[in-house]
Amino acid sequence: MGGQAESEAASKGAPARGPLIYRQFAWTRLTHWLWAASLFFLLLSGLQIFNARPQLYIGKESGFHYDNTVFEIGAERTVAGDRGFTDILGYRFDTTGVLGLSGPEGRMRAIAFPSWATITSYYDLGTARVVHFFFAWALGVTMIAWLLASLLNGHWRDLKLTGRDVRGLPRDILDHVRLRFHHTRDYNTLQKIAYGSVLFIMLPLMILTGFAMSPSMNAVIPFLTDAFGGRQTARTIHFVVMVLLFGFFIVHMLMILAAGPLNELRSIVTGWYRTDPPAPDAETAKGSR
Amino acid sequence: MARLQINRRRFLASAGLGASTLMLGGCDVFDDQLRVGSGLRSFLEGANDLTHRAQRLLAGSHAMAQEYAESDIRQPMRPNGVTAPSDSVYKGLLGNDFADWRLNVTGAVEKPLTLSRDQLIAMPSRTQITRHDCVEGWSCIAKWTGTPLALVLDEARPKPQAAFVVFHCLDTIEKSLSGEVKYYGSIDLVDAYHPQTILAYGLNGRLLPVENGAPLRVRVERQLGYKMPKYIHTIELVESFAALGLGRGGYWEDRGYDWYGGI
Repeated sequence: MGGQAESEAASKGAPARGPLIYRQFAWTRLTHWLWAASLFFLLLSGLQIFNARPQLYIGKESGFHYDNTVFEIGAERTVAGDRGFTDILGYRFDTTGVLGLSGPEGRMRAIAFPSWATITSYYDLGTARVVHFFFAWALGVTMIAWLLASLLNGHWRDLKLTGRDVRGLPRDILDHVRLRFHHTRDYNTLQKIAYGSVLFIMLPLMILTGFAMSPSMNAVIPFLTDAFGGRQTARTIHFVVMVLLFGFFIVHMLMILAAGPLNELRSIVTGWYRTDPPAPDAETAKGSR
Repeated sequence: MARLQINRRRFLASAGLGASTLMLGGCDVFDDQLRVGSGLRSFLEGANDLTHRAQRLLAGSHAMAQEYAESDIRQPMRPNGVTAPSDSVYKGLLGNDFADWRLNVTGAVEKPLTLSRDQLIAMPSRTQITRHDCVEGWSCIAKWTGTPLALVLDEARPKPQAAFVVFHCLDTIEKSLSGEVKYYGSIDLVDAYHPQTILAYGLNGRLLPVENGAPLRVRVERQLGYKMPKYIHTIELVESFAALGLGRGGYWEDRGYDWYGGI
């Protein structure tokens, strides 16, 4: 980040507007959108791939003559007609209409994730894999580009948790709950935690569990598959982290809507961000470093 | 306080708007561009070549697939795909316990071969406990015994132009208006000569059962299950698989799967 304040802010009167600052480097913006596109296609093709085998297992293999299934989406015939279900660790939920059984009224079909959530819309494992692995490469290359750029331009420091961040965490949580946002040059504590865990934990985990599922990579680095507890556990972790990433996406969208979508969008498209006017008390003035 | 309430109302409204946009999405917009043969599809498929090259670079010709202990065999091998060929030729061979079955090695080889199951069994064998990974996502660990394909190829001596090994099978996988389609598939010479690539006639200490591909199936341990044809009767060495099926190298490949199945 690290930009200059603009003088234009002072000229306008009425609603208090802080200075416009250059908040996001071009590399940060570019990689952000490459990730957004990659993750969109990875998710939708991934759900399609899951549909081929809508069960998750723990261990090296899938239990067909013993039970190591921890998650399942399916359809069953009941006295009340066909129902879709989702089974999590033995707890069964009726998810008719969305998971297990979905489609237009009267023409519902048994499929784990519904047509509107998958690429392609019809069941086609081969195509889903083509899309998935293309964007897996795109995601990987983007990760490397981001890491190099962030090391060179210092963006990685924006994600570093400081002692002040940790001390300010309760206050930051309270601010978020009240939807009271501070528009400053720096990320707040929860932002650092969220972005940091996506970039340094979730995305690397997705790539590593992906490697752990590939039979050829398995021959190159067998310890990786073992470290995850076997190929099927790796597949389960891949799925769970997908859910976490989707959760991040939802919260990310809500926070942007709440914090002022136009300003937030401008900063990740053009780099320029409208900050809060300088606070009368020095306490919130933590602009520069 | 008033300002906060407006914020909250606006927040909920925009959140609702965002959610409904998401729901309306629908993913059929990409369907047509992604059909086999389309330009976008072919471009995306380039990633499979990249994966193939990258994994060959990393795994080379000798990195071994993981092998497991006897105690890891916890269930019978899961049968998949065709499990009981209805073809009369196959049924005839099965009726005679495959005494009349022969494996033909043909194509770009110096010395075409015809081998019976007993001849294959008499050759040096390899036994390996490996994990079968299906393209669908499941895995199953089993013990496979067979003749290393490398030994058979050494005897047949592939000609210099031979680049791929094609497996022709006895089982009909598809009956369509244009006729019956029997399973077929291909691998490159790197995998063909890999020490764990065997022509398996044994499974979990017994002769290979019908549902798993009797009398002979191939094991290509660094790739997915669809690259390991069952019920094989002919091994053909070819320069290119353009003339095979629809030209993409295998039955499932012709229906959209990637030719390289190491991922």
